[in-house]
Amino acid sequence: MTGETLYPRLEPLLAQIQKPIQYVGGELNSQVKPWDDAAVHWALMYPDAYEVGLPNQGLMILYEVLNERPDALAERTYAVWPDLAALMRENGVPQFTVDGHRSVRDFDLLGVSFATELGYTNLLEALDLAGVPLHGVDRDETHPVVVAGGHAAFNPEPVSDFVDCAVLGDGEQVVGDITDVVKAWKEQGRPGGRVELLARLARVDGVYVPRFYAFSYGPDGAIAAVTRTRDDVPARVGKRTVMDLDEWPYPKTPLVPLAESVHERMSVEIFRGCTRGCRFCQAGMITRPVRERTITGIGSMVDQGLKATGYEEVGLLSLSSADHSEIGSLAKELADRYEGTNTSLSLPSTRVDAFNVTLANELSRNGRRSGLTFAPEGGSERIRRVINKTVSKEDLVRTVTTAYANGWRQVKLYFMCGLPTETDEDVLEIAELAVEVIRAGREASGQKDVRCTVSIGGFVPKPHTPFQWAGQASAETIDSRLKLLRQAINSDRRIGRSIGLRYHDGKPGVIEGLLSRGDRRVGRVIERVWREGGKFDGWSEHFSYDRWTAAAAEELAPYGVDLDWFTTRERTEHEILPWDHLDSGLDKEWLWEDWQEALSEEEVADCRWTPCYDCGVCPTMGTEIQIGPTGRSLLPLTVV
Amino acid sequence: MARQPDGPPPPPTVQKLRIRYAKRGRLRFASHRDLARTLERALRRAQVPMAFSAGFSPHPKISYLGAAPTGAASEAEYVEIGLSVRCDPEAVRAALDAALPQDVAVVDCVEAQEGTGSLADRIDTSVWRVELPGVAPGELRSAVEAFLAREVVTVAKRTKNGLRDIDARAPVTSAFAAEEGGCAILHVVVRQGTPAVRPDDVLAALAAVADLRPPLPPRAVREAQGRLDDTGTVADPLGPDRAASTRCQGEHATI
Repeated sequence: MTGETLYPRLEPLLAQIQKPIQYVGGELNSQVKPWDDAAVHWALMYPDAYEVGLPNQGLMILYEVLNERPDALAERTYAVWPDLAALMRENGVPQFTVDGHRSVRDFDLLGVSFATELGYTNLLEALDLAGVPLHGVDRDETHPVVVAGGHAAFNPEPVSDFVDCAVLGDGEQVVGDITDVVKAWKEQGRPGGRVELLARLARVDGVYVPRFYAFSYGPDGAIAAVTRTRDDVPARVGKRTVMDLDEWPYPKTPLVPLAESVHERMSVEIFRGCTRGCRFCQAGMITRPVRERTITGIGSMVDQGLKATGYEEVGLLSLSSADHSEIGSLAKELADRYEGTNTSLSLPSTRVDAFNVTLANELSRNGRRSGLTFAPEGGSERIRRVINKTVSKEDLVRTVTTAYANGWRQVKLYFMCGLPTETDEDVLEIAELAVEVIRAGREASGQKDVRCTVSIGGFVPKPHTPFQWAGQASAETIDSRLKLLRQAINSDRRIGRSIGLRYHDGKPGVIEGLLSRGDRRVGRVIERVWREGGKFDGWSEHFSYDRWTAAAAEELAPYGVDLDWFTTRERTEHEILPWDHLDSGLDKEWLWEDWQEALSEEEVADCRWTPCYDCGVCPTMGTEIQIGPTGRSLLPLTVV
Repeated sequence: MARQPDGPPPPPTVQKLRIRYAKRGRLRFASHRDLARTLERALRRAQVPMAFSAGFSPHPKISYLGAAPTGAASEAEYVEIGLSVRCDPEAVRAALDAALPQDVAVVDCVEAQEGTGSLADRIDTSVWRVELPGVAPGELRSAVEAFLAREVVTVAKRTKNGLRDIDARAPVTSAFAAEEGGCAILHVVVRQGTPAVRPDDVLAALAAVADLRPPLPPRAVREAQGRLDDTGTVADPLGPDRAASTRCQGEHATI
């Protein structure tokens, strides 16, 4: 029987593993609908551990949107840790959903949200555990349709052997369209089998079906052409954009896990998209234009969410939250509303701006005042011009000093290493900056106990950004610069002991780079790595660089390319990139111009406040910037 | 001098409630920390007026008593909460029960009465019931007999500091084998101490003395906690508060 619960078979295994609570489901606000009531069944997967996947907003939104439809059912599944995976294989228990403990194999669709490419091996592991053939071409009409979404889906070619479709852009509306197509096909008696279903899906706006497109390669190893194999599918697939966020106030009832997760708070997305134009930032490029939720819409989501969850912290989420046109009144009015309730509000990492300290003071006035995080991203003013995240050193020091003077004791600064044109000196300026921040902070606060944590990660060039042509820095380059930085910070112990340095070595970034800008040939590398035991690549204790490099060397050699070809090689202007047939709305010529301006250290201003610079998104997608101020204010809540 | 946040200190605790709750079904896989987080959030959803500690990181006043291990169910877990506004204990019980997941039930809630002493002092023993699917009841019976005949049974227990030898026999004040619907059931009463002897340790001891090796994972339920009395059973730890409260109401009634 399909849709039957596997829990009785799973339960004896749970007694033998670590953190069994993550597999039992029953989270607050989760739901299990009767199987037979729904015409279309979705399994939604976040391909990482439960503690990382559960708080994911995208998955939570789609879970609610789909379950609100009477004819659809959605359940969640996450990557299973190796201890349970081994027991499942031994006892013949397949990949299951945590809601109804149903076999993923029984669902019509398996939607996988890829926030990062390092989840690819976990998809293969889940497919194998589910008893679903790894390769799309080996599946029949009884197998789930595997749909990839999330930011990584903007270049799905490396996983195109394993997924049936990729969805570009916002998911809220397209999941409904896909549900309609699957429902109609099932009701008609599955005409034409799986191929016909995929062909119908390929005609849904925003859905890309890789098997209907063929790649050919030239003698230099580069792509010679990408061609359609059927004429009833689009030549280019464009992304989906939700235009009125107030109409999509999801999640209305966020999930609250029993197990500990990486975000012990609820989040409200205050706007989507970003036009700051940071050249490294894929999210900012592919989610344009900016669409704000109104202050009143945010107010009611915060209120409903807190009542539904009992969380004591609310994150006001977006790519650059302080840029919301009404953030000042929003912060003040929310803080007024929750005065005396021990509810705290927080912004994720913000731009370096003194105004943001005022905001943070306001938001934290009812609750816990933890640390403040700023993201200057580049160590020197020069490199900040290259990446288009301009802030002067003086402003940076002044902002952080203001934070210390306002009672914040811990400031976290985010940087990247390995940016295009970067030299050792650019990175070493991070040390100078941190030292200056501590000196000024001690003076401003009159305390010795101020701390600054420098968090630094290797830069990975991403598709659909001006840096998509850049040669990625090698792991050796990253590691040597990080070593120099560590030495510089530790050279004066009296100051250095107040500075924490958090970093990762450069190796995982190289593999992320291969998977980000790879093409179909990289699929064989992923499969090889998974067959040799690779999974949970985002976790240092599971990631094996040697396994990846060995697999890449052997699997890519027949094509005359290698790991460096995909990562450290700089691309030329007219090279066909593996994602050129996928349309994020950005004009490739504009991207190239912006790349050239980066190289000459020229900045570009935000189009919210200055004239349009013709990135191409709004005219291509028929969208426009949606920002306030609305001039409205939050109504006081009725006191219960 | 330590820095203090601006503004007045939080309101004081005006009432303490002592709560007994059960964790059942799937939630036996919840750890102590999982349950603590769940309880704190449920208190907020139920709008129970919690008292908070002072300082930059105010915490609700909740004291937890020794929790049943992850994987074990329990009918008798205890927690004490401090309120900033007086409430009817039964109303808090019902509201909290409704706000908690289905598999966590708030069984009892009483007001802590002054002069009755601390809750922790009223708990020194656990009563366990362990289902052993796949074990022949007769086999369990002889294993229990062999175990009780010993004065010491040393087993290795995993602690924070690695494997450590402990005596699983001394804290066991009684044990007997039973049978329900063909399934062997171990009833065992264990004194709480450090390191704690838990059902797993008793089962390890049965494996050591009689080579009892359950083919399927056993299912343990803590049925009660309290102070061991002369009859070998435990007294209800909320009893003294209930008694004092009844007496108190009786006195009011006569005025």
